[in-house]
Amino acid sequence: MKHLLSINDIDKEFALTILDTAAEMAKVTEGPVKKLPTLRGKTVVNLFAEDSTRTRISFEAAAKRLSADVINFTAKGSSISKGESLKDTAQTLQALGADAVVIRHPASGAAHRLAQGKWINGTVINAGDGTHEHPSQALLDAYTIRKHLCGGTGDLSGIHVAIVGDIQHSRVARSNVLLLTKLGATVTLVAPPTLLPHQVEQWPVRVSYDFSAVLPTVDAVIMLRIQQERMSDLYFPSEREYSTLFGIDAERLALTKPNSILMHPGPMNRGLEISAEAADSDQSVVVEQVANGVSIRMAILYLFIAGSQESVNG
Amino acid sequence: MSLALTESDITRALTRISHEILERNSGSSDLTILGIPTRGAHLAQRLASIIEGIEGTPVQVGTLDVTLHRDDLRMRTPRPLMETLIPTLGVEARTVILVDDVLFSGRTIRSALDALGEIGRPTRVQLAVLVDRGHRELPIKADFVGKNLPTSKSQSVKVSLREHDGVDEVRIEGESA
Repeated sequence: MKHLLSINDIDKEFALTILDTAAEMAKVTEGPVKKLPTLRGKTVVNLFAEDSTRTRISFEAAAKRLSADVINFTAKGSSISKGESLKDTAQTLQALGADAVVIRHPASGAAHRLAQGKWINGTVINAGDGTHEHPSQALLDAYTIRKHLCGGTGDLSGIHVAIVGDIQHSRVARSNVLLLTKLGATVTLVAPPTLLPHQVEQWPVRVSYDFSAVLPTVDAVIMLRIQQERMSDLYFPSEREYSTLFGIDAERLALTKPNSILMHPGPMNRGLEISAEAADSDQSVVVEQVANGVSIRMAILYLFIAGSQESVNG
Repeated sequence: MSLALTESDITRALTRISHEILERNSGSSDLTILGIPTRGAHLAQRLASIIEGIEGTPVQVGTLDVTLHRDDLRMRTPRPLMETLIPTLGVEARTVILVDDVLFSGRTIRSALDALGEIGRPTRVQLAVLVDRGHRELPIKADFVGKNLPTSKSQSVKVSLREHDGVDEVRIEGESA
């Protein structure tokens, strides 16, 4: 397996290998020396054609902890903003000898295009493409759920996860539905009908419009960001109404099981989909998700580029 | 495929090594025993329980995965990581006994020394192996050896342990050159 473009690229067994590897990565980086020689001599390019804080610095930290050389390539201040095509950018990266390209792009399918275009020899890792997929986020969410609710081992069978908010525009939701159900969890999508994707009835999930009714039955709640930048039309009457019906605050959080966890991929719109009280509560694991993200990305980089897959520069 | 060590051979070798470790280090109070997964980890547990039986005090024992420090990573497909478990007193200023099943090229032990350096600075590190089969590629030598087994490079040494393989034995596979 050369590229990580979609959760569909990995089977259940390999997904669990990634989670186990991440757990060991977390342990090694707890020591006084947070650097491993594993990817010495490898070059990782972070190609970010869309704004990102968490994912980019998380991949950067992961690559650096494994001693890879990291080149950051962002849309602002690069030739992408001058209108360079993905192909030309890719060929530049190939000339730099990139062993892996971590790509974030506003167009769905950009990672796939980069991988199938035969423009580069390196491994392509999808760090979010349009409204399609964000596999590393789903893996870190599964890791966080497993750590808190399953003792850090095995799959997620018996776990009920609610994903709440703008499902239609969310690559995080798509990857999470694929991965969590693959790992045996039950997933309920909670959103206004306007923010559910077409043919959601064909997804392996339950759907609910009543957030408060779902809450007492779930073990983990994943709140999604309302993505103002992807909303060309009016999907709900007002922010206030959305917040009242689909936001989580202290009162709603009190409806959940006491040991359940509250997650958000970030960045949070405090006061819209999540109240400050809920975001800072004991059940919130939002900050821990960021730390887990580094471990997951170390595991991904290790498993996808440490080995003897066709050498780059060829 | 010839049988090189039987179950009782292995038990006797581990008992002797335990006594040698205690003799060399004047007791077990400064010892941290770290096995290299998978079979080295089981051997470390066995050594620790034999030493506990002799000394009557608990021994610090754990495992050390060396995968991320191997020098052959780029030549093979990545392997899943094994568990690293450092006992409570750690390795800082202690005598670490590394334990592995077979000593061959010495590259695993080099990786282990690197991995250890990232956890802390032991006062000294000693190496215990069940089998030394020769053919070293690095200047590394075991302090405690269960059995020296002269082999040719084309042969392979297969160690089976009860905890992992259901049976205790060491076999040499292939023809001697």
